[in-house]
Amino acid sequence: MSRLLALLGRETALAWGRGGGPLVAVGFYAGVATLLPLAIGPEPQRLAAIATGAAWVALALASLLSLERLFERDYEDGALDLLTLSPTPLELTCFVKCLGQWLATGAPLAAAAPVAALGLGAPLELAPLIFGCALLGGLAFAFMGGIGAALSLGARRGGLLTAVIVLPLFAPPVIFGGGAMDSFVSGLPWRGGLALLGAYAAAAVALGPLAMAAACRNALS
Amino acid sequence: MHANAKLSKRLADRVISHLQLRNTAIRRGGRLLFQDVCLDLQAGEACALTGPNGSGKTSLLRAVAGLVTLDAGDITFGDLDPTEARGDGLHLVGHADGLKAARTAREELAFWTRWCGGGDFGAAADALELTALLDLEVRRLSAGQRRRLALARMLAAPRTLWLLDEPLSPLDARWRGRLSQLMQTHLDGGGMILAAVHDPLPVASRSLELSA
Amino acid sequence: MTWAPAFLSNPERFMAFSRWAAPMFGVIAAGLAVAGLYLGFTAPEDYQQGHTVRIMFIHVPAAQLGMFAYACLGVASFLSLIFRHALADAAAQAAAPLGAAFTFLALVTGSLWGRPMWGTWWVWDGRLTSVLVLFLLYIAYIALRASMDDEAKAARAGAILALVGVINLPIIHYSVEWWNSLHQGSSLFAKGGPAMSTVFLVPLLLMSLAYMSAFGSLWLVRIRGEVWRRRAEAAALRAAAG
Repeated sequence: MSRLLALLGRETALAWGRGGGPLVAVGFYAGVATLLPLAIGPEPQRLAAIATGAAWVALALASLLSLERLFERDYEDGALDLLTLSPTPLELTCFVKCLGQWLATGAPLAAAAPVAALGLGAPLELAPLIFGCALLGGLAFAFMGGIGAALSLGARRGGLLTAVIVLPLFAPPVIFGGGAMDSFVSGLPWRGGLALLGAYAAAAVALGPLAMAAACRNALS
Repeated sequence: MHANAKLSKRLADRVISHLQLRNTAIRRGGRLLFQDVCLDLQAGEACALTGPNGSGKTSLLRAVAGLVTLDAGDITFGDLDPTEARGDGLHLVGHADGLKAARTAREELAFWTRWCGGGDFGAAADALELTALLDLEVRRLSAGQRRRLALARMLAAPRTLWLLDEPLSPLDARWRGRLSQLMQTHLDGGGMILAAVHDPLPVASRSLELSA
Repeated sequence: MTWAPAFLSNPERFMAFSRWAAPMFGVIAAGLAVAGLYLGFTAPEDYQQGHTVRIMFIHVPAAQLGMFAYACLGVASFLSLIFRHALADAAAQAAAPLGAAFTFLALVTGSLWGRPMWGTWWVWDGRLTSVLVLFLLYIAYIALRASMDDEAKAARAGAILALVGVINLPIIHYSVEWWNSLHQGSSLFAKGGPAMSTVFLVPLLLMSLAYMSAFGSLWLVRIRGEVWRRRAEAAALRAAAG
């Protein structure tokens, strides 16, 4: 247990520390949210119609961006070898790495999400739901994205490949979260979408580490 | 010296008493690196792995560590289960030292000591004269100092089998001498060393030549 | 199916079998396609859709095959991951571009069909979108394998991705259905028996079987090609070494 806590501390510190950590992800997120009105046009009605969806997609992209180095750095500098040589199963190690990633970038992004959506013209009542969706969605993005990051270890053009692998797998959480927020805005029942998002996130957390560990072992061998 | 002796006595619970490689072969990218390699290493023994570049020394070390799968043959650790033996019975020190440039030496040594199940790393840092460097970021350290930091991890969390990949190369003459003392102490305490080297090991050892 | 692993583990037997099976499936496919197309084009016009209904005979089997090929990819990947059969890996590698091609055909014909029917080339409806995601999964698989130099590693990474995709496909399919469905329901397996009249059903079934045979034939040919390529590489390596 102390081992895993030490790892969680290290992963969070690494994701948080160098190069501004969450600032880069949040900055990217803010950049996408800023470019959007520039492309769509500044009319409030038009922007409000797409505000939640845009904020949600930008979140998925920002999560993807920060995932790229999740395993890559440890793979290159040999830390992944040493993490493997431990009584701790590699599956659990991968789980903790993704959790650290989520704490360091997913949570700050979730905090930024309502701000971005409000800035684009989403109603204020929506803010708590956006935050909740972003937290759950961030979990799903981190654990699904981790699979892509682990699979593209040792491949040429790893970062781009991670995106190609992961984006189709992001479809369900994007749909569920977007659906919940959309229903909320139109006054329809929204709990179903949120529950589905939670279920998907839970499944990703439970099964993702198995695939990640298998992919890491393959990359190291 | 006193510190080292104390350290090596505290070997981990799982002691590997016997490492055996039987008719092992490794294939990389369709090419056979070597085959029919056998080795029998008992507690207190060291073995130098030699051979030209590309002959598979690093791959053999990684296979013992369980990172690379064998094409044929098997590796046993006495009567220990291989997963357990690899989990906390061996250390691997190679070119890639797993140290993060942006963190301080202290943070990294503390983390890896804890990860490997060790306790206090102060004595190990002393033995490798790292104490004064501990608050520097790893990126400020020279190659030799980084290697010493990686070696300190092995002393702080004692494990029986040391797998060393070119352990001497980044070290100067003085530190080569110190390392040979540390290796001797490890062997005297019942440890085992398997090292890939170009020059002979500075401790009494057998040698295993891999030919390309 | 108990014969499958033993059968797959023996390349010699596979090569002997596929040598005659591949052309045989090809001939069957051609025969079925001729019959299916003849019946399809002599069938009366649909009272709603007119002549455009005939696109269905190309489109629906392509979509089915797109899914079916992914299932084949999944099974082959599973076998190669668990039993480490080299032949299973060759089968997975061979299935992916075929599946991608069938899926692409389904997308293109669907779009051509959508233009007269819905007045637009593309609608973001449930079925179309999930087929598009399926296509993206194929692309991801092919891209992953292509970007790794070590073939053994590429094989295992691809197999892991294929299995992740197999688990995700039903979820993606369901989520997209949940999201939006303008598309008509399943044509063949509607509740209370096929809703289609026999004049359309018979050619559609013939075309489905023709596609299936064509896939079988092409798959075997591609696996054979893959086996030959690997043998040639192994021989070249041996020659270089000795």
